Amino acid sequence: MKENEKPEKGNQIIEEAAQAEYKYGFVTDIETEVIPKGLDEDVVRRISALKGEPEWLLEFRLKAYRYWLTLKAPTWGHVHVPEIDYQDISYYAAPRQKKAGEKKEIDPELKKTFDKLGIPLEEQLRLSGMAVDAVMDSVSVKTTYRERLAELGVIFCSISEAVKDYPDLVRKYLGKVVPYTDNFYAALNSAVFSDGSFVYIPKGVRCPMELSTYFRINAAQTGQFERTLIVADDDAYVSYLEGCTAPMRDENQLHAAIVEIIVEDRAEVKYSTVQNWYPGDKDGKGGIYNLVTKRGLCRGDHSKLSWTQVETGSAITWKYPSCVLKGDHSVGEFYSVALTNNWQEADTGTKMIHLGKNSTSTIVSKGISAGHSQNSYRGMVKIAPKATGCRNFTQCDSLLLSDTSGAHTFPVIEVGNDTSVVEHEATTSKINEDQIFYCNQRGIPTEDAVGLIVNGYAKEVMSKLPMEFAVEAQKLLSISLEGSVG
Amino acid sequence: MNALQQYIDLYDANREFIEQQSPALLNMSRREAREQLATARLPRKGSEDYEASDLEAVFAHDYGVNVNRLPFDADPSNTFHCDVPNMSTCLYYSSNDAFHSSATAERNIGQVVVEPFSMAAVDYPELMASYYGKLANLSDPTVALNSLLVQDGLFIYVPDGVVAERPIQLVNIFNAALDMMVQRRLLIIVGKNASIKLLACDHTQSPDYHYLNNQVIEIVAMSGSHVDFYDLEESTPKTSRVSSVYVDQHEGSNVLIDGITLINGFTRNNYHVEVNGEHAETHLLGMTIASGEQHVDSHTFISHNAPRCNSNEMFKYVLNDNAVGAFAGKILVQPNCPRVEAYQGNRNLCGAPTAKMYTKPQLEIYTDDVMCSHGSAVGQLDEDALFYMRTRGIGIDEARRLLMQAFVADVIDGVRLDALKDRLHYLVEKRFAGTLSNCAGCMAACRPTE
Repeated sequence: MKENEKPEKGNQIIEEAAQAEYKYGFVTDIETEVIPKGLDEDVVRRISALKGEPEWLLEFRLKAYRYWLTLKAPTWGHVHVPEIDYQDISYYAAPRQKKAGEKKEIDPELKKTFDKLGIPLEEQLRLSGMAVDAVMDSVSVKTTYRERLAELGVIFCSISEAVKDYPDLVRKYLGKVVPYTDNFYAALNSAVFSDGSFVYIPKGVRCPMELSTYFRINAAQTGQFERTLIVADDDAYVSYLEGCTAPMRDENQLHAAIVEIIVEDRAEVKYSTVQNWYPGDKDGKGGIYNLVTKRGLCRGDHSKLSWTQVETGSAITWKYPSCVLKGDHSVGEFYSVALTNNWQEADTGTKMIHLGKNSTSTIVSKGISAGHSQNSYRGMVKIAPKATGCRNFTQCDSLLLSDTSGAHTFPVIEVGNDTSVVEHEATTSKINEDQIFYCNQRGIPTEDAVGLIVNGYAKEVMSKLPMEFAVEAQKLLSISLEGSVG
Repeated sequence: MNALQQYIDLYDANREFIEQQSPALLNMSRREAREQLATARLPRKGSEDYEASDLEAVFAHDYGVNVNRLPFDADPSNTFHCDVPNMSTCLYYSSNDAFHSSATAERNIGQVVVEPFSMAAVDYPELMASYYGKLANLSDPTVALNSLLVQDGLFIYVPDGVVAERPIQLVNIFNAALDMMVQRRLLIIVGKNASIKLLACDHTQSPDYHYLNNQVIEIVAMSGSHVDFYDLEESTPKTSRVSSVYVDQHEGSNVLIDGITLINGFTRNNYHVEVNGEHAETHLLGMTIASGEQHVDSHTFISHNAPRCNSNEMFKYVLNDNAVGAFAGKILVQPNCPRVEAYQGNRNLCGAPTAKMYTKPQLEIYTDDVMCSHGSAVGQLDEDALFYMRTRGIGIDEARRLLMQAFVADVIDGVRLDALKDRLHYLVEKRFAGTLSNCAGCMAACRPTE
C-alpha cells in the first residue's frame, strides 16, 4: 500500500503546482490618457500625430494598415485564439506624466510600480549595473544610463525618441527584417505600434552593460503593440533583456509586438526574454494573448544571434523568434523553456533560415505542460541550395506533468544541398518515477524532487540566460510550477 | 485550373457504363465521392502536408481511363515469371487494373481468400459491405477520385485463426500503349489470430508512356492478428503513383508495413494507421533510393486510440542527382492512453548538391504517461568511415556503395521474411551499382520471357 502512495503523492504535488499565484497582478492607479476604442485610418493618423512622427513613418503605418485590412488572422497554430474584435481595443494608452516639475522626474506612482516589479529606474541603483528602458502601455517611461552609454556611442532609447533623434538610422532599418507584409499581426503592429526600444551599437563597441526593456500593460481594454529594433554594427556586442508583466484582469488583452535585429560582420547579439504576462486564472479566465513576431538577420559574415526565452506567462503564446543566417559562418541559437499551466496554450519555436555558407544553428527547446494546458514546439530549419557546409542541431523535449495536458512537436526540415548536416530529435515523457524514487531514497521529499528534476531539465536553457535574469527565471519556474513545491 | 474536373466530367458522362460494370457496393460510395469532389481541389505544392509535392500537376496530365474495361493484354503470367530463391509465394497479377491469378495462386486454397471485388461481392457480401470504404477518408480528393472511378479491386480475406502458409504476392504491371491512369484498390481483412504476409510490387512494362496509379488500400487487422505488407515500387521515371494505405488495428494485433521505392517518377505514399486496441504493435518502415528526377514523398499518421500499444517508424532516404525526398510523420496519442510507446525515425543521405530533402516529424501527445520520441537527420556519408575504407584499399565509389548499403540495411532487416530480405539486399546492391535497369523485372527478378 505504501508503495502505491508515493507516486500518488507525487501527482498531487504536481497538481498543486497548478495553483500558483501571479504576483505581478496589481494595477497601478495612475491617470492614463487613452484614445477611444476602434481602428481606422484616422486612429493610425492620430497615433502618429500624438507621437509627432515624420511623414514617412505615417506613410509606412498607413501602408501597413491598408495591407492588414486584406489579411485574415492565421489559424494554423495549435492554439485557440478566439475571434478578436479589433474595433473593441484601444490602440494607444499613455500614463499621463505630470507636466509640472523637472522633466527628468518621473511620476512617483510609476516609479513605485517599477520598484514593485524590481526594475531599477533610479540611477542610484547602480549596483544592478543594467540599463533599463521601461515601457508602460504605449509609451516609454524612462530609459536609464543613457549618458554613460552615449559616451561609447551606444544609442539606447525608446523608438519614438529614436524617430526624432536618429531618423536616418530608424528609416534605414525599420521594417527591413520583419516587413509589414510578413503576417497578420506584424501588419497590425506596423500600423499601430506605439513604443519600444531602439538600440544601436556602433562599430567595434562592446556594450559594457546589459540593456533591458521592461514592458508593462496597465490600462484596461487596451492592446500593447511595441516595436523593438536592435542594430549591432561590425564587431559590436550587446546583450539585451526583455521582461514583461500585466495586471490580473478577467478580460483578455492583446499584445502583438515586433522585434527586429540586425547583426553585421562579426557582431554578436544576445536577446533574452523572460515572458511573464498574466496567464489567466486557474479556470482559464483572462490573460494576455501574446502574438509576437521576432526575427533577426545575421547579415554579416561571422555574425551571431542568440535567442533565449523563458515563457511562463500569457494565456496564449504564439511566437517564433527566428534567425535569417545570411552571412557566411554566421551562427544562430535558440534556447527556450516554455511552461504552460492551467488552460494556457503555447505554440512557440523558431525558424533558422540558412542562406550563408558554413552557417550553423542550434535549437534547444524544453516544454513543460501541466494542468489542462497545450504546449507545442513548431520550428523550421531551411538550408538554401547555395548554403553549403551548414550545420544544425535541434533538440526539443517535452515533459508532461498531468494526464490532461498536451505536448506537441511540429518541426519542418528542408535541406537543399549535400554538404549540410541537420539533426533533429524530440522526446515526450512524464517525470521518471525512478528519478523521484531515487531522490526519495536519499531523503529528498517528493516535492523537492519534482522541483529538482524540473529545474535540472530546464538547466541547459537557464544557463544561457544572463545571471540577473537566470535568477528571476528560476524563481519564476518555481512560482509557476511548484506552488507548494520548494 | 482544376485537374480533377476532367475526371469528374468523364465520370458524369459515363456514369451508367461505370455503374453497370461494377458491384453495387462500389456504386454506393461513388455518390458520396462525387459530392466531395464537387468542391475539392487537389493540393498544390506548399499546401499543408504537401510541402514538396504538387498533386495538381501530377493529375493535370491527360491520362486515359479505361472506363469500358477493355482487355489490354493477354494474361501477364505468360510474359512474366518470378523466381526469388527459396521463396514460394501465391502469385497474382494485376495488369493495369484487371486481376489475374497465376498457377501458383492455388497453393493457399482453403485457407486464404483472394478474389476480385466482382466475385467477393457475391461470395462475401457481408464482409464487403462491412469493410469496403469504411477506413478510407473521402475528404482526401485522391481517395475520393479512386472511389469515384474504381470498378474492381482485390479482396483478401484470412479467416479467424488461419495462418497463411505462403506469402501472397501481387505483381502490378502497367502495360498499355497510351498514357493511362488506373484506380487500384485492395481490401484486406485479417481475422482474429490469423496471419498473412503480403508482397506487392509495382512495375511498368512500357517506359515510353506516362502512367498514374491512384491506389487505395484498406487493411483491417482483427485482434491477435499478424499482418506483414511489403510494398515495392520499381517502375519508370514516367510512372506516378499516389497511394493511400489505411489500417485499423485491434487488440494485440501486429502490423508491419514496409514501403520500398527503388525506381519511380513521382510517388506519394500516405499511411494512416488507427490503433484501436491495447497491446497492438505497429511497425512502419520505408526506404527510398532515388536519383535522376525521382520524387518520393511519404506521409505517415499513427493515432494511438488505446492504452498500452507500441509503434515504431523508420524511414530512410538516399538521394542523388536532382532527386527530391519528403517525409512527414505524425504520432498522435489520444487522451487517456497511458503506457504508449511510440518512436519515429527519419534518416536521410543527400548525395548531390542538387538533391533536396524535406522532413517534418511531428508529435501530438495528450496523455502524460507515455514514451514518445522522434528523430530526424539529413547529412552525408561519414568522411572518416570513407577514409578508413580507402586506407584499406577500397576505391571511393565502392566505399560509398558499401556505406550506403549499410545505411539502409536496418530497414531491410526489419523485413520478417528471410528470403525476401536476402533478395532486397541483393536488389539494393544492384540499385546502387546502377545495374538495375528500369523495369528489368519485378522485385523477384520477374522478367519478360522471350
